Amino acid sequence: MSDMFKGYRGRALETLKKFNIRVWSEAEVKTTRGDFRGIVLPRSENDDDRHLVLKLDTGYNVGVDVDTVKSIQELGYREAHYKIPEKEFPFSPEKPRVKLFGTGGTIASRLDYRTGAVIPAFSPGELYGAVPELADICNLETEKLFAVFSENMGPSQYITLAKAIGEEIRRGVDGIVIGHGTDTMHHTAAALTFMVQNPPVPIIMVGSQRSSDRPSSDAALNLIHSTTAASRSEIAEVMVCMFGPTSDEYALLHSGTRVRKMHSSYRSTFRTIGDIPRARVEGERIIPMCKTFNPRRRDRDVTIKPFFEEKVSIVYYYPNMQPDIIDSLVDNGYRGIVIAGTGLGHVNKPLYPAIERATRKGVAVYMTVQTLWGYVHMFVYDTGRDLMSKGVVPAENMLPEVAYIKLGWALGQTEDLDEVKRIMLTPVSDETTPREPYNGYLIFQGGIPEVERFLKRYHK
Amino acid sequence: MNENPRPDQNTRKTLKQVGYKPLGKISDAVYADMGFRCGLEIHQQLLTRQKLFCRCPAGIYQKDGEYDAELVRHMRPTLSELGEYDGTALMEFKTRKNIYYRIQNETACTYDIDDTPPFRIDDQALDIALEVALLLGTSIVGELHVTRKQYLDGSIPTGFQRTAIVGIEGRIPLKGREVGIIQISVEEDSCREVSDLGHDRVYTTDRLGMPLIETVTHPHLVTPRMAAAGAQYLRYLTRSTGHVRTGIGAAREDVNVSISGGTRVEIKGVAHISWIPELTHIEAFRQKSLLHIRSLLAERGLKVDKWNIATHDLPEAWIPRKSLHELYQGARDLRAVALNLPGFKGLLSHFTQPGQVFADEISDRLKVVACIERPNMAHSEDSRSLLGRSQLTEIRRRLESAPQDAQVVIWGPAGDIPTAVETVEERCRMAFTGVPNETRKSYPDGTTRFERVLPGPDRMYPDTDTAPIPVEEERIERIRAGLPEPVSLQMARMQEWNVASNHVGYILRRNLFWVLERIVEEFQQPPRCVARVLSQVLRHLEPVPHGKDGFDPSRLVDIYAFMKREKIHPALVEAMLPVVTDHPQMELPSVLETIGFKRKNRQEILDLLPVLDAKFSQINTSPDPMARHRWIMGQLRTLALGNIDLEELSRLVPGGRDE
Repeated sequence: MSDMFKGYRGRALETLKKFNIRVWSEAEVKTTRGDFRGIVLPRSENDDDRHLVLKLDTGYNVGVDVDTVKSIQELGYREAHYKIPEKEFPFSPEKPRVKLFGTGGTIASRLDYRTGAVIPAFSPGELYGAVPELADICNLETEKLFAVFSENMGPSQYITLAKAIGEEIRRGVDGIVIGHGTDTMHHTAAALTFMVQNPPVPIIMVGSQRSSDRPSSDAALNLIHSTTAASRSEIAEVMVCMFGPTSDEYALLHSGTRVRKMHSSYRSTFRTIGDIPRARVEGERIIPMCKTFNPRRRDRDVTIKPFFEEKVSIVYYYPNMQPDIIDSLVDNGYRGIVIAGTGLGHVNKPLYPAIERATRKGVAVYMTVQTLWGYVHMFVYDTGRDLMSKGVVPAENMLPEVAYIKLGWALGQTEDLDEVKRIMLTPVSDETTPREPYNGYLIFQGGIPEVERFLKRYHK
Repeated sequence: MNENPRPDQNTRKTLKQVGYKPLGKISDAVYADMGFRCGLEIHQQLLTRQKLFCRCPAGIYQKDGEYDAELVRHMRPTLSELGEYDGTALMEFKTRKNIYYRIQNETACTYDIDDTPPFRIDDQALDIALEVALLLGTSIVGELHVTRKQYLDGSIPTGFQRTAIVGIEGRIPLKGREVGIIQISVEEDSCREVSDLGHDRVYTTDRLGMPLIETVTHPHLVTPRMAAAGAQYLRYLTRSTGHVRTGIGAAREDVNVSISGGTRVEIKGVAHISWIPELTHIEAFRQKSLLHIRSLLAERGLKVDKWNIATHDLPEAWIPRKSLHELYQGARDLRAVALNLPGFKGLLSHFTQPGQVFADEISDRLKVVACIERPNMAHSEDSRSLLGRSQLTEIRRRLESAPQDAQVVIWGPAGDIPTAVETVEERCRMAFTGVPNETRKSYPDGTTRFERVLPGPDRMYPDTDTAPIPVEEERIERIRAGLPEPVSLQMARMQEWNVASNHVGYILRRNLFWVLERIVEEFQQPPRCVARVLSQVLRHLEPVPHGKDGFDPSRLVDIYAFMKREKIHPALVEAMLPVVTDHPQMELPSVLETIGFKRKNRQEILDLLPVLDAKFSQINTSPDPMARHRWIMGQLRTLALGNIDLEELSRLVPGGRDE
């Protein structure tokens, strides 16, 4: 379909052709419901084929039912060209150098006011145009590595990203920011933690829960917080930097291996699970919350371990799961399976033979908990002991998604299952922790008077 | 300073030059000469169970100071199509406000605080909007496209209002003319403001998201009174559906006013239609005053591109004690700056509105844009003389002012002063063009104050979170079939029936015409009497507490039906109504018992006449010839009401006029 009729199909397209009208025509449409005058806009391809979209003079859009159209007259043609304004990013020699990698998430974007399409803002100039405060924080360089949605990030992107980070560290940047879609940010954060070891500078992942085309977006503040963290943080680790509360107040820096997206739409969706966050970013200050961490260094040494075995899966156990689920993974050549088991790490008995078959065939099987909080404890019940005897390895308090990433990374390095087990159970950066602090598990329950008092007193 | 006329003299002089006279002292021809044009934007809450884009209940308000949680946000301007910041956006960003939202669980959810995307638009609200759109005779859209309208004042936590056009280009008849309707949209209501002090603005989220319709008229209203009549007609029209909310804040008007050479100024949040004439009248003269100021500047040969202010920092001790020190209690650095406004002598005290002068235009902006609470400035033509004469002389010396210059002193927290200086300069520069495009807040005395810059169409953009909603032919036809009679016809019918005009207003306002019509037609009752019962009697019985269900007017039809069935004279309705409204559940026979009604036939009552007549002769002391008639009627009234027509009885009672 040509651009002249962008997005139109079926009867709507026929109608446009019949009256010799194209997208961006300024048109007078006479219908059985009355007359409408405006600019014909492109139509979203997923919308139906029964309506034309017009932008009225008042700025509003309306749809016109093609079945009601009596005639359309073209009065003019006004094609919209939308471009994000660029302003040169000011350079100040005394400010730290920060590199921003783009992966395709729309951390900064502008809306095309005519079509509603979101155009990503990415170059330093564009970002400066959108968030001028960035120039007070650092000297920003940007590089777009991919343009994929969060859900399409995968091993090859992790590896490209890890190598690019290694390059930049050797080139001498003072901090790295990675703009990323939020849905799988915690997967990428875990992958980078394993692939980029002992970095001398902070590696900060950031996204936004509300696109930056809206005035209340969290994007600008997230960019400000993340570049601040990359510039100044003494903690040189892979961390996710997102809103602490939903209020525009402060950000939390979460360890890349303990963080998880916990709400489909809240701004404060990222939480550290089973521990407390690394630090808080408030204005220009970074307030550490942990005692030990990998400190910032002046050297440029970093170990990049860009490995990943793709034949790894994660199995979320449910009651009455059939053994053929496990069998089919094995038969399809999977080399590693992470089970998110119930409670302390359990699955039902009918699965036992399938699991036994898997481990006998050399598949690495690791147990995590779908409760997310707490450790796998397979000694407490017979079920757990039975499973261990069939070769299932408990993965301590590693989060299921992190275990999946780590197993893929471990199997990418070696075929020796004992070595894999050694890698899996030796923490790189807190993916398993020896102890769970009392405040590592806090899900406040609304309605309880003291919780309600807390909510009223402190900004959510 | 002897060369200066006294400031209040100058205000009176300029008032005269502008030709200001109070409302009512001016003929319609004067408005026509001024090129007075007015358009309305009427916001009306819809009577729905739920909010527009979420499943929260609609119509529940939290009490002052009651909330479960609070959060804080900031609004950032987004760039417009041309890479420019929208004027409003820029101004709001300059203000750097902390916006606090007070949430109550009962009335707001995570959608309201922009932490959840919108749910499908409420169908009930859309039906009501379509109903009104049909009544307005608009062209109904084929598909609803939800659009975002930016508001950076924080009144909506997303920073925009979700709104969708339902119909465009309609018309209403008004006093023999037609007033065009630009559009009707369905949209979500905004937060209620709790306070706005310095850099902190507080809102509650209870009203947020309630379904509204906004009806926008063309600027076809050419006098202040016609503007009010237009608003009244639109109110009657929306109410005739029976599907809109009533009570405080349920309907709000924005009124656009312009005069020739002026510009569209939007007066926001007019809570009562009765305010419209005064507000629009005063606004017309404010614009005329600003145009007069422009011509004075031109006469003085001043050019905006060559016009520059000078500033000078003043010692802190010069800040009037009674203002900022009290407001800010030494909490922050305070700074005072004097500004010289070349060639502005006599303009600061120039009349703009009753009780206001041009300097107030500056002061209002200092409050809104620079967040400095009033009193935030003094000036060389200040009749309240916050500055002493010797101080003023000293300021002029330091600023090296020429005799034809005016001076302003502003003060406030040091951090806000740079914006404040810009604001003063910006407003003065606008004087060269005349009337700034702005929205103004209305006050009960008919004056207005600056609220914000009027936003342009650049602030509209499509909502990427919602899919278009088709408006099917069947839906429109279903709604069309249930439409009430047009208000213009209702008015004509009542005129034909000779219903008293004050009763007409009440009946339309309360949407009682259909009740009146049914009673008149089904029970052959005299329209004037029924109208009186409906308006006069109900009005006094019905101070319905806000939020409570009022008296269901369809009960009236039941009552008249009951009277007909029971062969009771309808004059008794008036006596029954207090009981019926107090006890809506009570059955009508019990109501009769409660008011002490006893069934008597006509003859039983007439038989009492001789006895009463004799009794009166015994006790009478009055010389009034009518006393006998009055006394007997009084004795019989309770007994007769409902049993016999009182007028007929009156003719039969001795001592009446006919005798």
